[in-house]
This record gives sequence, structure tokens and C-alpha cells, in this order.
Amino acid sequence: SRMEALPPSAAGRAAALATACVRYGRGGPGRALSLRAVTAASAQDIGNVGRKYHLKLVLEDILEKDHTVNCTAEILYHLGNTNAAPDVHFEIEGELKSTDKHDNIFYKRIKSLKEELVAQDIPDSHGNVPLGMEPIRLLAQAAAGYVAWQNSTENTRYELAQIKHVRQAKRSDDYLEFDYMVLLHEFVSQEIIPWQMTVLWHPLHGVKVTQNSRQPKHEEH
Amino acid sequence: DQVLRVVAGDGAQLALLQALGDREELQVDFWHGPTKPGHPTDLRVPFRNLQAVKSFLEANDVAYSVMIEDVQELVNEEKRTMTLSRRLERSTDTFDFASYHTIEEIYDWMEALAAEHPDLVTRLQIGQSYEKRPLFVLKFSTGGSGRAAVWLDTGIHAREWITQATGVWTANKIAKEYGKDPTVTAILDNMDIFFEIVANPDGFAYTQSTNRMWRKTRSLNTGSSCIGVDPNRNWDAGFGGPGSSSDPCSETYHGPRAHSEREVSAVADFILRHGGVKALVSLHSYSQMLMYPYGYKAEPAPDRQELDALAAEAVRDLAAVHGTRYTYGSIIDTIYQAAGTTVDWAYERGVRYSYTLELRDTGRYGFLLPAGQIVPTAQETWPALLDIMRHALEHPY
Repeated sequence: SRMEALPPSAAGRAAALATACVRYGRGGPGRALSLRAVTAASAQDIGNVGRKYHLKLVLEDILEKDHTVNCTAEILYHLGNTNAAPDVHFEIEGELKSTDKHDNIFYKRIKSLKEELVAQDIPDSHGNVPLGMEPIRLLAQAAAGYVAWQNSTENTRYELAQIKHVRQAKRSDDYLEFDYMVLLHEFVSQEIIPWQMTVLWHPLHGVKVTQNSRQPKHEEH
Repeated sequence: DQVLRVVAGDGAQLALLQALGDREELQVDFWHGPTKPGHPTDLRVPFRNLQAVKSFLEANDVAYSVMIEDVQELVNEEKRTMTLSRRLERSTDTFDFASYHTIEEIYDWMEALAAEHPDLVTRLQIGQSYEKRPLFVLKFSTGGSGRAAVWLDTGIHAREWITQATGVWTANKIAKEYGKDPTVTAILDNMDIFFEIVANPDGFAYTQSTNRMWRKTRSLNTGSSCIGVDPNRNWDAGFGGPGSSSDPCSETYHGPRAHSEREVSAVADFILRHGGVKALVSLHSYSQMLMYPYGYKAEPAPDRQELDALAAEAVRDLAAVHGTRYTYGSIIDTIYQAAGTTVDWAYERGVRYSYTLELRDTGRYGFLLPAGQIVPTAQETWPALLDIMRHALEHPY
């Protein structure tokens, strides 16, 4: 069937998914990508395949004041088979500001720690992020983009709610490795879902989630 | 205990009064000692000896009148005023709007606000939560009777801490701006505002003691180990339909029946009994949206055009403060299908200007919004709220 234009506000979940994918693909400890606006949206039902969204988005890097980039994204949510992650393609117009300087400072700092980094509750109940922990949080948010992508349907929207626990794992190579236990917030069901993620990062190679698994809800109900 | 005023008619009666004071077992306490005939003497008499003292005075033809009916009450009142003003000094002057507070701190602050603005603000109790916490509402009124009213609530979902915090700032703002800001003054000269800042105190307490991410009430569910009902799915508007869950373990569990939750029925009964609520705004977080009915069905609300235009204006005025972008539209179009919501219920009961606001942010910190954003959030939300209230004032129905 035809592509039908949607009011931008109706494409909220698809736009959030696109943003999650951009975070994973381009994110890291020095970049805080956020969706600023949906400027255009359209959707199309493809018989026996699924529903495809075409989006024009404006993204911003909150750490770079007022720096925005335009992004086009195409998302195909697959019909029926809910185990298949949606197909997501995105293109960023122009360049995101380089994070090399911050990445290298962070990298050196972590590499020179005498003991592996351990932390919990980032942010805490009052929204505080301890000094020096924001890059750890941004890294988790980038990694959570991958988890969101792998688990999204047309009726879900995932956000990183909190890092419950993070532990750095020793590595013999140049990568940094962090084992995260996070809480994801799924918007439509409003559920808070514990999720484990093993995350690799390197200033030159970006973010990789090597392992992730949904965790059982902790029982005080 | 009572205080009796006695006037000794002559020297003999004066001597009698002095003798009365000498009788230790009566424990009579002179506030004004017996001095001269014709001059009043005030004596405080303990309750258990009142009969004896009065009989004595009557038997001797000494005239008396009761000055103070109940001394204990006076003492209590004085103590209360002192404690209040101590709390006042601590509270409204020194209250830190830029941080998150406990229920006790918020409830105390509400009491202090009412004490500081006795001609404008009263703290009412409209019911009790499941765990028997008081459900308090601040009433802003400049008098009159049968006035139209605005209902505001924050904190219906416990973990949305930016809402309770915004509620405190906003209530303070309303009180401070009456008589100064022309819009606030015009609104309050003609309408009352009812503001429930902690609409889900049990849940709120739980987010502070145990689980920061708790959303629902804390009522026990028969036949389930899971606790709580989503108070924004428990209203009698499309109740139980798609966009709510029948699973007690779900965050959007609608409850066994509409208004099963005391937190919900207290508000619903209050609004229905009042009969004159013309605008209702229910504050939530997060995602930066301003929404109007319906959530439970796709059919457009009859007043959709007007509600949409007002939403556009409010969102524009909000953005003008700090540049924060909100989207707006009906609940079902903008966020998701949701059945049994406050806003749909109010609208179907005749409250035309029914809105729900989702405050900051869009997911960066989500529910864990840094306290430094409380005041900017409240500041930008303020003109949006004023737009809605002013519109209700200028479009009576």
C-alpha cells in the first residue's frame, strides 16, 4: 500500500527507536545524543512483510550546546515474527562534533585506575551523577540503544532508566570492558526491566554489546 | 479549667476571696489578685474544683462571670501557634524548592503556607490513602460561594518525582502572585483552585523507603502477591479496556473495579460533589507532552479543536521560558492508548478543559531528573498552567 503521511507526534516510538540506533552506532562516553524533533513522518504497510516508517529527525548532542544534525531513518517492523529485530537504517546529514579529546581523557583515566571501576545507582534517586561518572552513564545509554533495537516492536519504546550496578572487567587487550546491570523503562507497558549488558569500548572502535540478557524482576512487588 | 472574673462588693467579700486563695486543696490561682472592692479579680480554677468554688461564691453572694471557658484549649492553641510559627520560620522562608522532599516535609510546608496566607489558602483533607495517610488538598480561594474551580494534581504516579516538586513550587507561586500578577488575581477573584500535591502518598513513601521506581498505589490485591493498582487506569472512563492491564503484577493494572482505589475515589467524589470544576490538569512525567482526551478511544473529543488550539498556545508559552519542546495532541495519538485515565473521566463528567502534562525530560534522565531541573521545569510549566486556567475563566460554561 501507499506511504501515508503521519502527524509527527504519531511516530514517537519509531523516532525513539531510530535515536536508540544512532546512539549505539555513534555514541560513546563523550556523546549525549537526544531526539530534538520529528520534522516529518510517513508509514506504509507492506503486505506479508511488515510496516515501514520513513522519518526525518533532528538530533542534538546535549554536550555540544545547540549543535543539531538532521537525520533520516527508515524502520521496518516485521510482521508476526516478534523475535526478529526491526530493520533500521539511518543517515546523518553532516558531521557530529568530534569527541576524540573527551574519549581519550576518559580512556586514559580508566586505563590508569589501580583497581577496576565499580559503581552503583547512576543516577541516584535525586538524579545525581557523581563526578566523573557521566561518561559511564553515556556509555550505558549507547549500549542500551542496541538492546532497545534488538527488542523493539511497533508497540514498545525503551529508555535507560538507571544503572543499578557497573563493574569494569580486566582485559589484556586495548578495549575497555564493563559489565552493567541496568534498569530499562519500557514506555507503553510502563514496566521497569532489569537487564544485564556486557559492553566493550575503544576510542577508535566505538561501542559493542557482546552479551546481554533480560533479568527477572527483583521481588519486592 | 476555667477562669472566673469576680468583683468583690465590699471588704468582707474581699476577705472571703483571699480566704479562698488560702485553701490549698482548691488550687485556685489568681491572675489578678484580690486588691480593692469594686475591682475585678480573675481566678483560674481547676476543673475538679469548679463546682466547689462556684457554690462557695454563690453561697456568699459574690458575683462572678466565666472569663475563659476552657483554659486548656487556649494553652493548646498557643502552643500550636508557636510551633507553627517556628515551622513557618523554618518552612516557607527557608524551604528549598530546588531539591526533592519527603512527604512529611511537603505536608508541613503545606500547613505553613496555609498559616502564612490565611485569607487565601486552606489545607483540606479529602480522604485517606490505602495505608491511611491523609490525602491533602490546598484550596486557594478569595471567598464567594458556588464559584467555578480548577483542579490540579501532581504525584499520582509515585516515581514521577518532578511532579510533586513542581507542585510545591507552583502552589507557592500561586500564593505569592495573588494580588501581584494580574492573571492570577483575575483567576482567583472569580474561581477557586484545588491543588493536590501528593496524590499517591503511599506510593511516594515507598519510592523513598524501598523502590525508587514504584508507580502504583500500595493496595493489596486479592489472590495475588503483587501489590498496587495504576491510579491512572482506575477511573470510570473506558475502564478495563485496551490500554490497561487486568494483571495485578502489571504497572498498568486497572484494579478490580473503577474507583477501587481510595486515592482515586476521594478525588472523584470531591470533584463530583463540588459540581463546579471547569478545568483539570493532572501532571505526570516524563516525555514533554501536553495532552487532552481521549486516551481510551480514537474518536476525537467533541471539543477537540478548542482543546488543541489551547494546547498549542500553552506549549508555545512553555517553550518561551527555557526553550523546552513539548509535543501535544490527544492522549491516544500522542503517547499511547490508555483506558481509565483521570483526564478522560473528568472530561466525560463535563470538565471541558481536561489536560494531562508529561513534564521533563524525554529520556535522558527520565524519572531520575536531577534536582537542578526542578525550578526550571516549574518555571516553564507555570505559563502553560496559567493559559489553561485563564482560558477556563474567560470561557465559562
